[in-house]
Formats: sequence, C-alpha cells, structure tokens
Amino acid sequence: MDENIRQGRAVVLLDKQGEIIEDIDTDQIFHNAHLHITDIAQMGSYALGNLEGWKDFPKTGREGDILIAGRNFGAGSSRQQAVDCFAALKVGAILAPSFSAIYFRNAVNSGFPVLKIHGLETMIAGAGIVTGDVIRFDVRSGRAENVTRGGALKIEPMSPVQYDIFLAGDLFKYGKNMK
Amino acid sequence: MGRTIIEKIIQAHSRDDAAAGRIVWMDLDVRSARDFGGPNVVKNFEREYGGSPPADAAKTVFTFDLCAPACSLKYADNQQACRDFARKHGIQVFDVDRGVGTHVMIEEGLARPNGTVVGTDSHMNILGAVGCFGQGMGDVDVAFAFKTGRTWFEVPESVKVVLKGRLSPAAEAKDLTLFLCRELGTKRIALHSAEFYGEAVRDLALSGRITLCSMITEMAGIIGFIPENGPVVADADASYAGLVEFDVSGLPPQVAVPPSPNAVRPLADVRGTRIDSGFIGSCTNGRTEDFARAAEILKGRKVKKGVMLKIVPATRRVYEEMLKRGVLETLFRSGAIIVNPGCGGCAEGHVGLTGKGEVQISTGNRNFPGKQGQGQTYLAGPAVVAASCVAGEIAGPEDL
Repeated sequence: MDENIRQGRAVVLLDKQGEIIEDIDTDQIFHNAHLHITDIAQMGSYALGNLEGWKDFPKTGREGDILIAGRNFGAGSSRQQAVDCFAALKVGAILAPSFSAIYFRNAVNSGFPVLKIHGLETMIAGAGIVTGDVIRFDVRSGRAENVTRGGALKIEPMSPVQYDIFLAGDLFKYGKNMK
Repeated sequence: MGRTIIEKIIQAHSRDDAAAGRIVWMDLDVRSARDFGGPNVVKNFEREYGGSPPADAAKTVFTFDLCAPACSLKYADNQQACRDFARKHGIQVFDVDRGVGTHVMIEEGLARPNGTVVGTDSHMNILGAVGCFGQGMGDVDVAFAFKTGRTWFEVPESVKVVLKGRLSPAAEAKDLTLFLCRELGTKRIALHSAEFYGEAVRDLALSGRITLCSMITEMAGIIGFIPENGPVVADADASYAGLVEFDVSGLPPQVAVPPSPNAVRPLADVRGTRIDSGFIGSCTNGRTEDFARAAEILKGRKVKKGVMLKIVPATRRVYEEMLKRGVLETLFRSGAIIVNPGCGGCAEGHVGLTGKGEVQISTGNRNFPGKQGQGQTYLAGPAVVAASCVAGEIAGPEDL
C-alpha cells in the first residue's frame, strides 16, 4: 500500500442544526479530568467525551475513520492526549479548514495526519460530503476525492517538515536521523 | 528588509533565515514541563533516550502548578515521577509551593527579553509580556526539546494592533483584553504574532501586560508583544500581514459570557445575573495589583452570604507581597477563601470545580463547556468579580 494514501469513512462533526462545529477545544476532545492518564492505549475511550452530540464517538467510530471538523480545531490547551486519543482509536486522519497552532504541532510530531481542507462549508451545504462517505487522499500531493459520490476535495498537502516526520513515524524517529 | 519582533527573536536563535512563513530550527533557552504533560514528557524521554541525560540540565526545568499540592493519588504519582527524573539528571524543580510556572519563570529571570522558552502550558506565550518568545507545546515536542535543546517552528506573520485613546479609570487591563477577544475573535490574529501599539498599552504595568498577553491563545494567536515602553521592538520597516485599529477611550467594563471567551458583552448587558461563586487568580489575573484592586472594593465589605469567593495568587512571591501590603487580611476579612499559589481555578480537580447549575464569575481566561466543572462561567476583571461577590449578582464597583 502507498503510505501517502489514506482512505476511510468520513465522519463530519456537525451540531444539532447540521452546521459544522468550529473552535472545538481540547477540553471537548479530551477533558482535563483525565489528564493523569499517561498510557495511550487508555486514552481512546475519552475521545470527544465532552463534545455535545459526539460523546459516543469512541463506540461508534471505526478504525480508519477520517474526522472532518470546523475551523480552529484543537483550540485551548497543549495536551498531547487530545491527539493521542484519536491515535489510540486508530482514526485515520483529521481534516479541518484550520487547527490551533499547538494542536497541529502535536499531531505533526506524533506522525498523526492532520490536513487543511478548503471549501468545506460549501461542500457540506451542498451535501458534497456526508458522514459515511468513503474519501481518499494523498498526503503528499493533496490530491483528494470523495469515492462514494465522486468529486474532488481541496486538501493542502503536508509541508516538507510535516511529511518528513510523518514518513519517519514521529519526531523522535525523525530526530535520530538528523545531522 | 526590516523584521518584526518575532522574526528578530527567532533569528537570534536560528542559523536558518527566520523570515515569516519559513520553517526553521531554533535553539531554546529554557525547556520546561509541568505536572500536566510533565509525566508524559518523562515517559517519552525515557522510552526514546533511555537513561541518557538531557541536552543541558541547567536549561531544563519542571514547574508544578496545576494540582498543587496533589489532590489525588494519580497526580501525586505523576509529580513524583517528574521529581525522580529531575533528581537523576540534576534538573531544577519549582515545586508545588511556587505557583504558576510562567510567572515563576518571569520572576526568576528564566524568561528574559529576546529569549526563547517552551513548556507544556498553552499560555506559555504569556512571556510575550516581557518580550520573550514563549510557546506551549505537547509532550512529544517538549521531550524532544529536553534532549536536543531545539525545535522546528514555522515563523508566523505578524499583525499590528493599534489601540488609540486611554483606558478610563473604570476599565482594567482585563476589560481591554476581553474587548480584544471579542473584536479579534479567533480569526483576525489566528496563527499570527500580534504587536500591540498605542497609548492604552503604553500605560500598562507588567501585571496588565501579562493579562493581555495571557489571552492571545484565546484569540488563536501565536503570541503577543507590547513594544511600547517594552524591552523588544520591531524594525521600523518590518512587514505586517495586517493592521487593526481600535479606539478604546471610554471602554466600559467587559464580561465574557459562557461558553466562550470570545462571547464578550459590556457589563451593562449582564448586570444583575445571579452568581453562586467568584474566582480571582490564574495566569491572567493573579498578580498583586489584581488582588489589591479587589481588596479596594472588598475593604469594609463582606462577600454576600451564600456566595463563595476563591482567591488564588499566581506565585509565592505574590502571596508574600499580599501579606506585606495587608491585601491578604482585607480579603480574609471580607470572607474570601484564600488558597495557596498555582493554577487552581482553571483546571478541574483542584479549587476550580463548579457543580451543575452553579454560576461562577472568574478572572480566568477560559469558560469553555466543562472547563471548570459543570457550571456556567463568566469571565471578568478583578474589580467586577469582587463587586459581584458582594452583590451576589454580576455588578461593577459603582453598583455597590
């Protein structure tokens, strides 16, 4: 399998009104009541545990799911657990129009794919992407499509640093090969 | 071409060209971790690097400020794991007695103008208040920084924010900050460095600069700097991604309503909202000046029966100043609960818990759902919180 290609079921984080949820902060992703947990394997069951309408995600989510969220995903604290909880559930990637700076770094450094997606609101409004659709994308080129419905998605490819760390596995492995 | 403040600081720590938009490797003067994140840093470090030492123990510190002293066995274990690691490698620990790590690093001179500091605290960018680059990072990043003394960073573009007019005596630094949280939202300086200019910030003392810089994170910015009367300035011909101007003369007190620090209204809109509790402290409003302002209002008055007012100084030094200046006694006599220094009030699990249905007014920086328990949290400056606790409802000093 081409390691640059990711394919999975889209899970679009909408609120009760059907709007994409913006500014999802780390206390909604992995609540500070569980910050004492240091074992990644235990983190999955708390993912999105404080996000209204999505608290059952650890049960309903499937391995390889592609989470799609609104802008400024991962606002708030610096906690790595807010990335690790998705890695523990084997979520395939997270796509959003933008991420908080710290959240984005944390994901990059863990080798967990986070990518910026453009034109998301228009796509959701036009039912161009719906939870359950299978989507496929190339993290290197940004080429992306909705396999279920056809049509392209606009995804920004990884930056060189992000891609190199992703290929190495994480920042530690990348660092060991640095001069 | 001239350089912005962030470009200048990063350039002084990097061999790469630190122009905005570039990804560079930069040297870190101080790499820190605290009791949230710290145990994971230790775990990552030992898994990846075994028993080998960090790059420079003298530039590595732990600051325990979140659950201080530990209020559960899990946090006690986590803190001890960090202490054991620190002892083994000769790393300094500012332990549970010391208070908020960023403030301790400013007081101790670890965070210096033109310096670079990282740590497991998303409000590490508060160090912009003293002209130091500070950045919150996760435990992978910080473990790597412990070992190598370096990190990669995308140099952000900068936005110039000009604040015209002077603040009225009724408005505090927090009111200006909350006003900016509303006006800048999470978009206008998102992923940018902000430089604040104008009379309103020129007048700010260090405590007020800390308040403003502490909420750049809530505006989704990377960091904020105040070059006016500050130690670090941009080049005259530096290039900016944007310019934003506001006239803040006559700005009334501001309150952020739940559930977002960016949902900010003038005090008049929420005046009279019943409260159950108040909190004064945090990295945003935990300086001596903040408590002195609250004490002015609480002097000779009592916290209303049935209302809890919780006071948490930022650091042990602040606590001592409050003691010497009589601020502590005034607050005590008003009926306030005074707790030891730290981040209590912002993290669930220490003094920051609110029960379902509880309405709290806090000088903290976040009121996201569930951030401090199940209650509703309003954010305001120390004067409004103190006055509200006397009135039993959201109020300003002039309402008493």
